[in-house]
Amino acid sequence: MRRKIDPIELDDLDRQLINELQNGFPVSERPFHDVAKQLGSDEKTVLAKLTRLRESGVLSRFGPMYHAERMGGGLTLAALSIPEDDFDRVNDIVNAFPEVAHNYKREHELNMWFVLATETPERVEECCHEITEATGYQVYNMPKKQEFFIGLRFDV
Amino acid sequence: MALLEQDYLILEALQGGLPLVAEPYKVIADQLGMKEAFVLERLNDLLNNGTLKRFGVIVRHHELGYRCNGMCVWEIPIERIDEIGHAFSQYDFVTLCYERNKRFPDWPYNLFCMIHAKDRAHVLQHVDQLVRENDLADVKRDILFSTRRFKQRGARYNDCRPAHVSLQRAAQ
Repeated sequence: MRRKIDPIELDDLDRQLINELQNGFPVSERPFHDVAKQLGSDEKTVLAKLTRLRESGVLSRFGPMYHAERMGGGLTLAALSIPEDDFDRVNDIVNAFPEVAHNYKREHELNMWFVLATETPERVEECCHEITEATGYQVYNMPKKQEFFIGLRFDV
Repeated sequence: MALLEQDYLILEALQGGLPLVAEPYKVIADQLGMKEAFVLERLNDLLNNGTLKRFGVIVRHHELGYRCNGMCVWEIPIERIDEIGHAFSQYDFVTLCYERNKRFPDWPYNLFCMIHAKDRAHVLQHVDQLVRENDLADVKRDILFSTRRFKQRGARYNDCRPAHVSLQRAAQ
């Protein structure tokens, strides 16, 4: 379990970096230099800022966002309806599957919602079946039909 | 657009994220015994052909004080799904927007959008705005608030590595 932390104080440059880097990050010899130049700062400051943001948990990872399907993998959203008194047991079983990428408890009759990211598209159905077998509850598989691309900006 | 064998090695090396140093791609290239220029060229190709969605950061909303996320689900008439999906994706508080199949009699919803906000009241305000500005008062909808988060990671490269590609981990 991650350490609980309070929201950290952000200054203007922190905010600019978070807003800017969500949309993309240069693939170049000196990417932090390029970002710094764009924001009127310098490479050293930007690296220090980003290191702090990463250590505080605000930014969790710098790197490529894969397009699972184009990489040959499968991706889906799935849900389970679990009685409250059995939730923790089922939760442990579901989270133990390496294909489960994230998992949220939500207020609804369908109260567990998780994303499955699998090596192959065929593995999605198999995995749903295995989770049904392992937990004793029917997995509701809700594959996407269409993604509406948003500006990935999350303004802070 | 087949991936080169080296592409898998590069992506494997990047799985844990880029090092936060002045020349991060050079570090990756050195680990792999490749030239930096080659690594940069391959990554730019993968971005251009859409294999990689983008390079960037994952922002953890919760740690920024956006503690509440509501998955809003809607039963949109099929003839309006494109219009509404594109409209929703323009709001800056909508962080994801997908059309999904209506597959179950007890689950009539076909449009899913995620709203992150500081608290529930703000999520509800945002939903009201979506309803008002897109003429959706008669559309059946629900909001599923999250109460606990168990795992949060992006789709990792390992998830989709073809079985035939053998990966030599760089010597540390």
